[in-house]
Amino acid sequence: MTLIPHPPQRALPLHREMERVWSRPPGLKGFLTSVNHSEIGLRFMALAGIYFGIGGILAMLIRTQLATPQGAFLDTALYNQIFTMHGSIMMFLFAIPMLEGLSMYLLPKMLGTRDMAFPRLSAFGWWCYLFGGLILLVALAAGMAPDGGWFMYTPLSSRTYTPGVNADVWLLGVTFVEISAIAAAVEITVTILRLRAPGMRLTQMPLFAWYMLGTSAMMLAGFPPLILGSVLLELERAFDWPFFDVARGGDSLLWQHLFWLFGHPEVYIIFLPAAGAISTILPVMCRTRILGYEAIVAAIVGLVFLSFGLWVHHMFTVGIPQMALAFFSAASTLVAVPTAVQIFAWTGTMWKGTPRLSLPMLHLLAFFATFVLGGLTGVMLAVVPFNWQAHDTAFVTAHLHYVLIGGFVFPMMAAAVYWLPLMSGRVRVRGVGEVAFALIFIGFHGTFLIMHLTGLLGMPRRIPVYPDNPEWALPNLISTLFSFMMSIGFVLFALDLLLHALFGRRSTRDPWQANTLEWKMALPVPSYNIAALPVSTDITAVSLARGEGALPGAPRGRREVLAVSSLDGKAQHVAVLPGNTLLPVVTAAMVGVFVLLMLFGAYILACTAMLGVLVCGWTWHRFGRDLRPARIEITPGQTLPDQTGVEGSLTRSGMIALIIADASLFGSFLFALGFLSVIAPGWPPPDSGLGLGALLLGGVALGALAVASGLARWSRGPLPGALAGVLALVAVLGVALLLDDPTRHARDALRAAATGYAALHIGIGVLLALIARTRAPATAAASRSIWRLWQDFTLITVAILTLLVVAQEVLS
Amino acid sequence: MLAGCDGALSTLAPRGPEAEAIATLWWIMLAGSMAISLMMFALLGLAFRKNRRPLSDRFWTHGMGLGFSFTILSVLLAAAIITGDRLIARHQSASVRVEAIASQWQWRFVQPGPDGAPVETQGRLYIPAGVPVEVFIRSEDVIHSFWVPTLAGKLDAIPGHENRLRFEASEPGVYQGRSAEFSGVGYADMLFEVLAYPPDDVPAQFTNRGESAPAAQAGEPDE
Repeated sequence: MTLIPHPPQRALPLHREMERVWSRPPGLKGFLTSVNHSEIGLRFMALAGIYFGIGGILAMLIRTQLATPQGAFLDTALYNQIFTMHGSIMMFLFAIPMLEGLSMYLLPKMLGTRDMAFPRLSAFGWWCYLFGGLILLVALAAGMAPDGGWFMYTPLSSRTYTPGVNADVWLLGVTFVEISAIAAAVEITVTILRLRAPGMRLTQMPLFAWYMLGTSAMMLAGFPPLILGSVLLELERAFDWPFFDVARGGDSLLWQHLFWLFGHPEVYIIFLPAAGAISTILPVMCRTRILGYEAIVAAIVGLVFLSFGLWVHHMFTVGIPQMALAFFSAASTLVAVPTAVQIFAWTGTMWKGTPRLSLPMLHLLAFFATFVLGGLTGVMLAVVPFNWQAHDTAFVTAHLHYVLIGGFVFPMMAAAVYWLPLMSGRVRVRGVGEVAFALIFIGFHGTFLIMHLTGLLGMPRRIPVYPDNPEWALPNLISTLFSFMMSIGFVLFALDLLLHALFGRRSTRDPWQANTLEWKMALPVPSYNIAALPVSTDITAVSLARGEGALPGAPRGRREVLAVSSLDGKAQHVAVLPGNTLLPVVTAAMVGVFVLLMLFGAYILACTAMLGVLVCGWTWHRFGRDLRPARIEITPGQTLPDQTGVEGSLTRSGMIALIIADASLFGSFLFALGFLSVIAPGWPPPDSGLGLGALLLGGVALGALAVASGLARWSRGPLPGALAGVLALVAVLGVALLLDDPTRHARDALRAAATGYAALHIGIGVLLALIARTRAPATAAASRSIWRLWQDFTLITVAILTLLVVAQEVLS
Repeated sequence: MLAGCDGALSTLAPRGPEAEAIATLWWIMLAGSMAISLMMFALLGLAFRKNRRPLSDRFWTHGMGLGFSFTILSVLLAAAIITGDRLIARHQSASVRVEAIASQWQWRFVQPGPDGAPVETQGRLYIPAGVPVEVFIRSEDVIHSFWVPTLAGKLDAIPGHENRLRFEASEPGVYQGRSAEFSGVGYADMLFEVLAYPPDDVPAQFTNRGESAPAAQAGEPDE
């Protein structure tokens, strides 16, 4: 199907028409209600920048303390809080939100559409991020910040050894931010797969979109293990359910596995978007096209899979059999191959083109210099015997800063300088940025190169003083001095951004002669991005502004985009997106209240806050309820239905992405169950009191769920389906009453957690059935299909859990 | 350069075969890494040269990206696994067995005493020099890590689990050790030492860290 673009209209009236529909009210009201991807993306990046500054100040405190062997600058308890918060802030409040912000800002523009697939979800994610971060910051200011190191190893972080709220702050605050990350991953996935310009095949996407697709897939699969770990640890701390207590069938190593199952993919989750920025910027800086598109896509796919096979390389010193060590060592070394493919593709791109030394290119060269070294020390650390020496020393600190600053911060600075004209419509003021770059580059290598030696000389991470080791004094002093240089560089970088915003000249369109889609927009980019969706590659900024494409303007007074098929980009239906609303901020505030109540141990009250979340969730679905099915002319002579009658709605795609994340959570739970039963010393557990009654109730629940799944396939199914769900819920609550005391043994705690998981899923299934029920039959296809997906997933997981419990009982 | 590598906790001043094997591995990897870095930087620098000969796409993605990196990594991996295998399996039948018990924030050791009966000490582990020793590592509270950098790599002390580390001190002497896993406010001071005595000259009395060792002690090559 070739689409013929609409004939040109006058650009200015078109612009006004679109602004009326897509912009937000001015002032605070607009700030609270905006769901626009450009604004939310910028807010993500701005807030991440602020957290980077705070994390940086903490880093300077650490370096000041370590400048001399007997540093008396901070007491040890405070020092522990500071390094824990430095790591946690940089990982969870800077890196992840920064990449989310960048992709939210860029993806719709690069893919040729007008917003993300779930605009309210973007806003909800940002508010969660703001509130979760604030909880951590307030705790830091109050001296109650987490102090167990950013990976929070149990049992140090358990109630016995961290009695205060410090660890709870981490678990709840970080989980809050993780919710925001899952939300972002869901909508990044759906946006890339379903909201491209009509006709853009997956294989024609800009590389940045490929990188973000890989990233979001990893986020969907990689974050749930940490969420599970945090939930289990919080359950242990709050209710004494012994998942990690070795005396009662738990195992502290379970935490390490769950944490690094998240933690290693995390490294690539951070690196891939940066690599996407490099693959976009580098060819432009070299006036050529990227070399080896296919090879790079293959490398991305390879990284996504390999990165889940090497978490154990963070645990080489916990005492693991040699066979397993060899396997994980091999995986950890092999992961360097796809990285090398990209590095050489970029080098080849530079050879092919004519590189110019403008500021983004300087940052990219700094990336190469830094990341190559960090990659090589990474390979060294994958070598098990060497790891036994270097693990937990300053060598690892140096390595991870080479990888993260080299592989993320330098590319992000290149991206900032490169895409600023798009955000502000201005050109940079020359001079300051170059000085900032030089200070950061020299300061960074001055700080961290010598730190490798410090580590090999035996200095562990996380110690505040070293009176017995005068040989570490000089290298530490050097690191500290250069770290201040680097800090000044970052301040200048911020100043450069400020000067740019205040005094930059107006930029011409496409200042870098980039020729990619995001530069085909007016500068600064308007709220709606483009007046018409591009239907061919032969377009110009002017033709788009005149509406020469698909779906020009906003003649129906609503926010419309085109949903396409995920592989070949065939236009499928017109998706109507929600506009400005208070719902995201209110929902996030409800979740925030819930988290705070949990933090202060008011568990009953916290349940009532959960009700608030539920009410918000219910309100959430009401958007689009009043739409009536209609066919809309997208290009002359070509009409498509809108989303109302279509089963394959964007929301359905979102539900599939969410279920993938949920399946990863469930898989992590099964891993925890298997790990504890096989590895933990305190097994087999005492005899359980579960008998025929529980079996019967479990059978009733399963039967009711099977019936609900069947009803979900019938157009009149929602009401009886909801009733079947309620019956299943009652049966599961009955099982809950029969369970053994969860504080007795990890097995009983796991069963209680599994029961909670089942109840939550059944409850959500009932809600989804009721939502499907409220829709008119003609428009209910999508909601029923979403409910069916959920109901089937619930049936499968509850069946697996039931079978496992039965197997445990039979085998014991 | 090597003088700058000395230090009581330096991994680059090995005093036993295990630490030596790892240090050797490090120097080889360092040389290899420097060569690879220089090559990369040269390739990047040459991109700025005028009139360079264009190379095919496949040279970069397949030749360098896959072929070159795969070759280097395979060699390294083989070396790593062989070294690791040797370090783990070398002393399957270590004759001397000692226990290291970690708790916040100290180390206790149980070792065969002067008369062969087990003796418990605090902060100082007594082992004979020149013979393989096996340390059984346990924790009584949180996770710690047993580390004597000049003798061997570290191994964690994990509640509920027992880990075994095998190593050997080539010469008699005092070797510094410390915990290498963050364990709370007392972490920095969680130090210990390993005293290796000549096998035929067992000290008359085993003392704790901080107390002076009996005069019969051999010289301390570290100092």
